Amino acid sequence: MTAVEWLVPLDSKIKHPPECAAEKPMGISEAELAQLIEPGRVHRRVYTDPAIFELEMARIFGTAWIYVGHESQVKNPGDYFCTRIGRKPVIMVRGQDGKARVIHNQCAHRGAMVVALEQGNAPEFQCCYHGWTYHLDGRLKAVPLQHGYPREFDPADPKTSMLQVPRVESYRGFVFASEAPDGPNLADALGYMTTSLDDMVDRAPDGEIEVAGGVFKHTYDGNWKLYFENLCDAAHPLFTHRSSIEAAQQQSDAVHSDGTGEIALRQMRQNGAPYSFWESQVGIWTYPNGHSFLGDYHDDAKLVAAMNDPVFRDYIAAMEAKKGKARAKEVLEVRRWNSIIYPNLSFMSQFQQLRVVHPIAVDRTVVHAYTFRLAGAPDRMFRNTISFANTVNGTGSLVLTDDLEIYNRIGIGLLSEGTEWLQVGRGFASDVPDAHGGRRGKNSTSEVYIRNMLDAWRAYMTDGHAARAAA
Amino acid sequence: MKRALRRDRRKRAPAPRKLKLAPLDVARCEQFLMHEARLLDEGRFDAWLALFTADAWYWIPTEPDQKSPFDTVSLIYDDRRLLETRVRRLSSPRIYSQEPPSRTSRIVGNVTVEEASSDRSACTVRSKILVLENRRDSQRLFGGTAHHRLVQLDGNLRIAWKRVDLLNCDAPLDGILVPL
Repeated sequence: MTAVEWLVPLDSKIKHPPECAAEKPMGISEAELAQLIEPGRVHRRVYTDPAIFELEMARIFGTAWIYVGHESQVKNPGDYFCTRIGRKPVIMVRGQDGKARVIHNQCAHRGAMVVALEQGNAPEFQCCYHGWTYHLDGRLKAVPLQHGYPREFDPADPKTSMLQVPRVESYRGFVFASEAPDGPNLADALGYMTTSLDDMVDRAPDGEIEVAGGVFKHTYDGNWKLYFENLCDAAHPLFTHRSSIEAAQQQSDAVHSDGTGEIALRQMRQNGAPYSFWESQVGIWTYPNGHSFLGDYHDDAKLVAAMNDPVFRDYIAAMEAKKGKARAKEVLEVRRWNSIIYPNLSFMSQFQQLRVVHPIAVDRTVVHAYTFRLAGAPDRMFRNTISFANTVNGTGSLVLTDDLEIYNRIGIGLLSEGTEWLQVGRGFASDVPDAHGGRRGKNSTSEVYIRNMLDAWRAYMTDGHAARAAA
Repeated sequence: MKRALRRDRRKRAPAPRKLKLAPLDVARCEQFLMHEARLLDEGRFDAWLALFTADAWYWIPTEPDQKSPFDTVSLIYDDRRLLETRVRRLSSPRIYSQEPPSRTSRIVGNVTVEEASSDRSACTVRSKILVLENRRDSQRLFGGTAHHRLVQLDGNLRIAWKRVDLLNCDAPLDGILVPL
């Protein structure tokens, strides 16, 4: 695959593998590819083979709806935000016409990255190499020394633009883009998971949320899928997070806190809930295309339901004032922990957290974690959001650091050829069909959400698109 | 109960005469920062924690010139309660992210006193730090600027707050375990 393999005219169809040369498997046959996932187990190559990673970039990240950013990051014309689709650098930008677009961050001349800052505002984009200048929608605006180019050089030719990603859609402010010119629309691809995005937005008394509070970037030496496979894993906290659970349990609450430690300690202690709790009180739901969510696992009144927290009481009052009692109750009764929108997004409504997973290489991943402010909520709510982000998404967090260690250790462990097949069979026999095309575990300790992602993986990798997860 | 209180009162040392505080000059502050760095390098985290006041905070921002730990996320922002928990966890046999433990080697330099109270009982000290950290088979280097608010309590210097601004505060990082 060359660095410019997406430089195809907008009207061309991305070919389904294996016809497309850029997607031709390197070192793995189509037949082998289809045999890597079996009921309750997955072959280790799925996490270690560079050829498979290249195929994932083309067949998953090159076709699926990929979360790009939130509209609040580009409020005004000229506002831009740089991110990646798979490994490809792209820009989400608000045009002068008010429309949000996603264009490749690459000059059509010599291939250089055009926009170097992560975010900002610009009237136009100009390459610093030879001055090719582009409109905010990527069309070429001006070229110095144009007379020097061949006679057939046409600044209006799409090949001379910073290419637009062919399809961009947003759902309630969440912007997704797809490199496939055709395919299911965003709403169909999201399916029932739109309700989790609704849950993120509906919690704002004024009905709007905005990205605020900066970003965490963490990295580990392991495959990108490992991150998602841990997010809804209810069976790991008691082991993996033992050091922070015990340290938090032993911590005296008489010691001074400005509120930060209070939020952090409640979360860490709750991670220590016994297996009986996870097996009886918490559920896990999965949906087609690899999506899923874990039920809320907190019974701690101050952390989530928070009826006793004065800040939350003010918040509920604001919700009731804006939405009415019945609607406010309905919104706050939705109890979901992490939601996963495959293949690159996870978020959590209770504390307005959102993570974007960036695959870098088969054994290297970067995760960006964002926070949102609820319009119309008391200021103090956002302070809790920040404290919570530091606790679960922080690079120096007492919790996340042990998760990163797990990803790194799997990365090292998979170098062993001792275990060829990895087990994802917990709860396999007891998964049950659910409404909206879903499957759920008998309880939260089921690995059904991993199997569901692997089903989607196999569908993307072998059919060119995700099929409905098998019931 | 009353008796116990009386006994306590008897035991209590006579009210201290106004201690003659050694002036908070650069040399003394530098010695203190070097002592702190040594405690961290030697993994004596309980002794490090004891350097902080009862309502101290410890902060590593994610943004250069970050204004507040309350409206923007931080690599670390600990109030005293969370700092105690952090230090307790570091001595846990089950802290898998410190198995094997990190080894650090740090240099503190360019120490200046930025601001001092008129009675010289408290001051803000700025320093440059370089922290080399080795774990498993990789080594990484942190560099940046530290600010310490130092106060004199019972004749000892204590940290009322500490802020560390890393050069790479906004870069993708693997976990930070040993305090910087």
